[in-house]
Amino acid sequence: MIETRNLVKNFGSLEVLKGINCRIREGEVVCMIGASGSGKSTFLRCLNLLEQPTSGEVYIDGVCLTDPKVDINKVRQKTGMVFQLFNLFPHKTALENVTLAPKKVLRLSPKEADERGRALLAKVGLSDKAHAYPSQLSGGQQQRVAIARALAMQPKVMLFDEPTSSLDPEMVGEVLAVMKDLAREGMTMAVVTHEMGFAREVADRVLFLHEGQILEEGTPQEIFSSPREERTRAFLSKIL
Amino acid sequence: MDIAIQILPTLLLGAEVTLRLTVISVSIGCVIGLFMGLARLSKSRILRAVGTAYVDFFRGTPLLVQALVIYFGIPQLINDFQTWLAVTYDIPRFQTFRFDIWAAAILVCSLNSGAYIAEIFRAGVQSIERGQMEAARSLGMTHVQAMRYVILPQAFKRVIPPLGNEFILMLKDTSILSAIGFVELTRRAQLINADLVAPFPIYITAALIYLAMTLTFSRLVDWLERRLKTE
Repeated sequence: MIETRNLVKNFGSLEVLKGINCRIREGEVVCMIGASGSGKSTFLRCLNLLEQPTSGEVYIDGVCLTDPKVDINKVRQKTGMVFQLFNLFPHKTALENVTLAPKKVLRLSPKEADERGRALLAKVGLSDKAHAYPSQLSGGQQQRVAIARALAMQPKVMLFDEPTSSLDPEMVGEVLAVMKDLAREGMTMAVVTHEMGFAREVADRVLFLHEGQILEEGTPQEIFSSPREERTRAFLSKIL
Repeated sequence: MDIAIQILPTLLLGAEVTLRLTVISVSIGCVIGLFMGLARLSKSRILRAVGTAYVDFFRGTPLLVQALVIYFGIPQLINDFQTWLAVTYDIPRFQTFRFDIWAAAILVCSLNSGAYIAEIFRAGVQSIERGQMEAARSLGMTHVQAMRYVILPQAFKRVIPPLGNEFILMLKDTSILSAIGFVELTRRAQLINADLVAPFPIYITAALIYLAMTLTFSRLVDWLERRLKTE
């Protein structure tokens, strides 16, 4: 479903990603962990070309994103993204946030888009907030709307960029619960996270990134209980 | 005081011209400013250069000189060109070109305010968090769709107060057009003074009319700003 080949990203003279080879199968939930600056967010953002890779290839569902002939807007419809700071559209209600792209990009009729939007808000437990503006919602509610917004394009892959990092602790659970539901339904997910509990419980595979490379990967069991690499052990001991 | 009351109706006619010119010019300036502001943010180097040259020229030269160039300079250029065509290619001359003074006034003020408004729009768009564009693009919207449905509606809200200020500045600056003989409020006052020779009551009345207009608008802008904040 997702494949990267020798993915390199430089910011000026700084090498952020040093050749990442990675494969995520359909229905798989992969969590990426690592210290800040390890390149995990940059890697995720390369998967829908919010960052343009310096070299290497990214394939989503068989389409090579880095091929200049590819219509990136089409591919992005298949990859939903959830951001650390939610990035909801503040001038639109929760429902309008969810229906904007289906209306404008997929050209759904207002009625169809509304139905889809309401169903998704119900799915994330926010039916009663359809007409609330983002500023009237808590962080956890905003992030759930953001997930519904991404799902409205019916993506094949969901990319999560530290979805709970800017939430108050008591709101982390409600967002993780929605993500667990998604995982259970078989959604392919790539999740950059500091929530080791989530990674342990939900992930099929955990990647440990260090200085722009995948230093270690394995099942949550392998990574958390018996990490092979000294650096992985050091990182885990610091945050667990 | 008697003079002030006597001339007030005539001055108010001038004020109406001033107000009308300002409203028309700032409206056209908004359209120019939107496109030029977006041009300055464009990926294309040519568009950026065009936007920058435009803004630099109209912000970097005095309105009075711009008015002189457009009202007197451009017609000369056109007429000289006609003469050259007539002499070189034997093409018959049209009528001698002269600017309608309203057209010249609107052109000068629109182009001038367009440059300031371009900067207002540019700053407004740049003030929208980067995450908004990223969220829109991540949903598959094109750059144009993201601008139109996500960035610009938010930017418009933020630029209302500076646009109000630009309106007030333009309202005062239109007095410069009295120098090319455009009969707005200031020119009216000068004409009355040529007749009655009572500069103090005449000019202070004109000043108070300007003040009444600018105060009304700045209160309106304040009110709008407060309303937008509470939303």
